[in-house]
Amino acid sequence: MNLLNEILAHYNYWITIFLMVAGVFTVVSKSNMIKRLVGLSIFQTSVYLLYLSPGKILGGTPPILDKAYTVYSNPLPHVLILTAIVVGVATLALGLALVVRINEAFGSIEEDEVVQAVYRDDHA
Amino acid sequence: MTVPGEINWHEHLPVLQVVVPLSGALLAAIVREGRLAWLVAMIACWAMPIISIALLTQVIASGPISYAMGGWPPPVGIEYRIDQANAYVMVFVSIMAALVMTYMPRSTADEIRPEKHGWYYACFLLCLAGLEGMLASGDAFNIFVFMEISSLSMYVLIALGSDRRALVAAYQYLMIGTLGATFYVIGVGLLFTMTGTLNLIDIASRLNQVEHARPILAAMAFIVVGLGLKIALFPMHLWLPNAYAFAPSAATAFIASTATKVAVYLLLRYLFSVFGVEIGFEATPASGLFLTLAVMAMIIASTIAIFERNVKRMLAYSSVAQIGYIMLGIGLVNQAGLTGGIAHLFNHAIIKGTLFLAIGCVVYATGITRVASMAGIGRTMPLTMGAFVTAGLGLIGVPGTAGFISKWYLVQAAIEAGMWWIAAVIVISSVLAVIYIGRIVEIAWFREPSDRQVRNPPPEMLAVTIALAAATIYFGIFTDFSGGGAAEAARVLFGGYPR
Amino acid sequence: MTGAELITLALLIPLAGAVGIAVTGRFPNLRETVTLVTAVALCATVLSILPLVQAGERPALDVVSLFPGVDMIFRIEPLGMLFGIIASSLWIVNSIYSIGYMRGNKEQRQTVFYVCFSIAIFGAVGVAFAGNLLTLFLFYEILTISTYPLVTHKANAEAKASGRVYLLILMGTSMMLLLPAIIWVLVEAGTTNFTPGGLLVNTTLSTGMIGLMLALFIFGIGKAAVMPVHSWLPAAMVAPTPVSALLHAVAVVKAGVFTVVKVVVYIFGVDFLATSGAGDWLTYVAGFTVIAASVIALMQDNLKRRLAYSTISQLSYIVLATAILTPISMIGAMLHIAMHAVSKITLFFAAGSIYTAAHKTEISQLDGIGRLMPWTMGAFAVGSLSMIGVPPTAGFISKWFMLSGGMESENWVAVGVIFLSTVLNACYFLPIVYRAFWRAPSEQDNHPPAHGEGPAPVVLALTITALGVLALFFFPDVPLGLAEAMMAEEIAR
Repeated sequence: MNLLNEILAHYNYWITIFLMVAGVFTVVSKSNMIKRLVGLSIFQTSVYLLYLSPGKILGGTPPILDKAYTVYSNPLPHVLILTAIVVGVATLALGLALVVRINEAFGSIEEDEVVQAVYRDDHA
Repeated sequence: MTVPGEINWHEHLPVLQVVVPLSGALLAAIVREGRLAWLVAMIACWAMPIISIALLTQVIASGPISYAMGGWPPPVGIEYRIDQANAYVMVFVSIMAALVMTYMPRSTADEIRPEKHGWYYACFLLCLAGLEGMLASGDAFNIFVFMEISSLSMYVLIALGSDRRALVAAYQYLMIGTLGATFYVIGVGLLFTMTGTLNLIDIASRLNQVEHARPILAAMAFIVVGLGLKIALFPMHLWLPNAYAFAPSAATAFIASTATKVAVYLLLRYLFSVFGVEIGFEATPASGLFLTLAVMAMIIASTIAIFERNVKRMLAYSSVAQIGYIMLGIGLVNQAGLTGGIAHLFNHAIIKGTLFLAIGCVVYATGITRVASMAGIGRTMPLTMGAFVTAGLGLIGVPGTAGFISKWYLVQAAIEAGMWWIAAVIVISSVLAVIYIGRIVEIAWFREPSDRQVRNPPPEMLAVTIALAAATIYFGIFTDFSGGGAAEAARVLFGGYPR
Repeated sequence: MTGAELITLALLIPLAGAVGIAVTGRFPNLRETVTLVTAVALCATVLSILPLVQAGERPALDVVSLFPGVDMIFRIEPLGMLFGIIASSLWIVNSIYSIGYMRGNKEQRQTVFYVCFSIAIFGAVGVAFAGNLLTLFLFYEILTISTYPLVTHKANAEAKASGRVYLLILMGTSMMLLLPAIIWVLVEAGTTNFTPGGLLVNTTLSTGMIGLMLALFIFGIGKAAVMPVHSWLPAAMVAPTPVSALLHAVAVVKAGVFTVVKVVVYIFGVDFLATSGAGDWLTYVAGFTVIAASVIALMQDNLKRRLAYSTISQLSYIVLATAILTPISMIGAMLHIAMHAVSKITLFFAAGSIYTAAHKTEISQLDGIGRLMPWTMGAFAVGSLSMIGVPPTAGFISKWFMLSGGMESENWVAVGVIFLSTVLNACYFLPIVYRAFWRAPSEQDNHPPAHGEGPAPVVLALTITALGVLALFFFPDVPLGLAEAMMAEEIAR
């Protein structure tokens, strides 16, 4: 019983892990370049959860300087994750731009086909 | 105390190290026109070595420098902390940037379309800012931000290469690099959760008060793997060969000499200063892991290099092998090994820089990168190939060159640790280097030159290449900076942060 | 001038010469003059150090610190002095010879040739004067790298293939065996300095470890051509004869055996090695090389290849004499470095003269050539007698000492090897002399064009060295004095 409680109580970590693994799996197994970028995004999102969820204190509030509010949830992770979101957006944008150019140059956005074209270029 | 309104530039050197290239990038992006942007970049890049050397002399004279961003004192605020280890790396990153920027204009004009030159220089400066930030910063998350700044701009630099395969190389590097950076962030997140702080020194001092060791070990694992992907430690090196092969020549020279080295510095900082030798090496099989991967890198990558047909990709695999040397030094976990590894950061930077710049001259002169097409080039481009061979001798580790210094330290470290088979692997991979450099030498001098038109590389390209080649010999004989500086850095790292 | 200044001068002169030769490359006569002036200047400098060493001084020079505790230092002791004199004096003769040979054969890229030669001599002088293993290793590698362009001078497919063998064996052995051995010495002893009496005397190494270290050194010093790391020497015969002459009969291989003797005397220590018994296997390995190389030499028809295998054999004489580990045999080893140098260079000069004048490379083609080229073949005869060890040639003196040493320590294996190989030497040298003088030219030769002697500088050079072979028999004071001085330091311990 205790073990079940322990497992259920950490549901935030379970969701984090699920997203993490789903993201990495998408990156690794999909052939479509855009889908892989989406997987990467999911992976990065899971990291946001990893930071934010432990910061929440049950019964805590944002840090308001007032005698009525004594328990604060940690605001620092939110700041960090704002930065991380920006990084994630920039990465996604750059990745998509690259995919557009790859499509122009190779005529495909399937990793397998593009890699084969690269191989042919190498041995031309 | 300073008078209000008066700026003491000397105090702000640590942050200037990052701000100068950052503002330079902005200016270059605004200016947009190729030659003006290059001028802005030149000014920014040549200011860098001045700042770095000033920082290094200050650190050697009076110890580590701590700079509080925005005046917020650490550990509340973000701290930039310069000590002997990162000042050492900063100096050669800055010098390589300045030299490559001098070399760049006509090489870039040759390989990239004119309307992109302004963006190219802007991204170069962004990359430099990111690398310097990774070196200077003493805050774990801040390091991540700069890591991504440098990585993203590196993807752009690579994608601007003239061959369409550069795009694929950039995409694959983006995938793998972002995975690596995210692993790093996960590790930092675990550390933050357990210690409540992001300041490296603070983390180090709080680690022994943490009750549960497992998240700490997990954090270390994530950080090591994340940085390992950036270092291109075998087998996480798969992005490197194509990225180096298809990026513009000057960009490759810069990236090859700096990007992986900065990531190695970060790994050292975490393993020795933050986690410390007890957690880092005694509680985990990190030492054995590094040694195994390093040995595999040295042998396998050198062997692949022997059979490569593209010269730049051959040099890229050689880089993977040389990174193996550096990891070997780290994995041996003794003073000599660490000295050898850190010395090799510097020595390999100048050697690989020379090699890629020389190939850049060859590409400019003849437009080819196939090894087989380099027939007879030793006769038509004697100075360039002379520089190439000199740096090649450095790669092999012939005494009198910089590469010998690191190799000596590493073999000494291996023998001192009683690991004879590692000393054997080091010398065997040197012989493999003889083979792949010898192959180029044979083709360049023993075959008749083809009738292809050869235009002479412009003087600034030749001058920078030859200067770096001379540096590989100079630092092979006068080792105060390359060896002595590395020994200092090793001593500081081994000592760990004051707890 | 102080000893340190003379050492600096001796090192800088060949380097400056290399620059001078490169600069005057367009003007062949000027370029040749630069070579000769450099060679004479170097010889004069080296000879002026001789009186200092003979008086008991050991000039030293400390250049720069490469690693903490391991500097680049030079320190001249009797053995290094001897090697330095040999290398610098024979460079003069070889330069005279080269001028005649390269012009006579209309060789290409002569400037590169002379420049690399100069750098190689720089390497040899550095090896001779090195004061510790690190410095010696540095110049040893400079020697390998600067002689690679010389070996592959002809730049054809054969040269390329031979160059590969040359480079891989020499660099392979030096990097895989010699370098670890040097660093091992550093780890054990804290320094790599050559110490009279032996550096490792006070260390606590087991006999097995000493034997292993010695093996790493012997096989790591590939230039000493102990079997099985000897194949580079016959491969290097594709080079033009002046290269073969100086480098493979004098500078490169002599650097190898010089290093072997120096390591045995100043790193291990003669007594240390003798009492520990860790060097016994060396007698057998060296002895095997002596005999095997002589047998292979018998089977060669190509003149230069036969000379190459003869060199391998003679080099192992020196290793063998060193392995016997008695003062008399060590003196013999040192002397043989000098005597063999002068004799072998004469033989190679003769071979090159024959090639230049008659374009013949095989021994079977040499019938009757003595009538047409009396000076050349006369010198060849003198050199051959010296190889066999017949008085009044120089080779007799060193062989005498080596035999005495072997008999004194009752090392009958060594004595037997020396006797047997003397016979074999006679078997493969005397027939050449016989054919040249006493046989008529064979009719199958299709009336070879009438030719005379080689070019004048060539003949001059080989006459000088042949006279040197004879002179060293009558006046062996300088080499003998130096050899005895080195052993006196040992015996005094």
